Amino acid sequence: MAMTDESTLDGNAAAGVLGAVFRFEATTTVVTCASCRAAGPLGGAVAHVSDMGTVVRCRQCSAVLIRAAELRDRVVVDLRGAATIAVSVPG
Amino acid sequence: MIRETPTAATLVLGVDGWPGHRAGQHLDVRLTAEDGYTAQRSYSIASAPEDGVPAITVERLDDGEVSPYLVDDARAGDRLEVRGPVGGWFVWDASQGGPLWLIGGGSGVVPLMSMLRHRQRAGSDAQARLLLSARTPRDVFYRAELQAFDVTYTYTREAPAGWTGYARRVDRAMLAEAGFPPAARPRIFVCGATGFVEGVAAELVGLGHGADRIRTERFGATG
Repeated sequence: MAMTDESTLDGNAAAGVLGAVFRFEATTTVVTCASCRAAGPLGGAVAHVSDMGTVVRCRQCSAVLIRAAELRDRVVVDLRGAATIAVSVPG
Repeated sequence: MIRETPTAATLVLGVDGWPGHRAGQHLDVRLTAEDGYTAQRSYSIASAPEDGVPAITVERLDDGEVSPYLVDDARAGDRLEVRGPVGGWFVWDASQGGPLWLIGGGSGVVPLMSMLRHRQRAGSDAQARLLLSARTPRDVFYRAELQAFDVTYTYTREAPAGWTGYARRVDRAMLAEAGFPPAARPRIFVCGATGFVEGVAAELVGLGHGADRIRTERFGATG
């Protein structure tokens, strides 16, 4: 398990930074972990938020799913830990 | 500005082009100092979607970079940089129905209040209960307004004289008594500090509530 302290939040806490780059609502997407293949809503994952950026980890195996950092005029998102991201689209 | 407790205040924000929000969402507030240093924090929205403008309730953390300004120094007419609404996971729409079981610790009541207000304004007949843990009665936000709802309080530090209700941290027995049974399949929203949320969520699962019925929102310790 990842370290749990008062900076350990829910994936929901990554909504702001991800909403700045994605057209879709990120926290309701289903993310599959590239390490353990567990799948679940991003909002239910574990997030660590600091002034350095946001790290979202798998709730099952604690591997990093997504890293996002807001720089002065751009947002950098690292999605290597997410095998897939399933986005619901209006039918 | 509405003072809720000695250390917390509600700020009603007039945001140009606010697209509307859902109950439970939050927004990000960014402050920029004259030297260009910026600090950003997330705050849950307390108002109902039907209220139009977003209101946030902020608790002052004495060593925080943003909350002391918002609680003690901000004045009507001040301009803030706001992003949002954000988040689509910890939300409840009246169309989803109930029963709705809200469990809050301290300032964790804020997004839950948005849900209760939404339920009321939308004319929802979903059953709803709030279990609210606070250190003392003086720490309870929205106390007068909450009288209109089905609320169970527990005071962890100091209860009023003659108090016959709960006066301890939320535990499994309390959750079994004050909430809905698993068979009722309530939609459960838990919000508070990390330790509070993790403890409550574990006890709920222990009582037999499905993990897929429980949504959590942890508050960080930075302000």
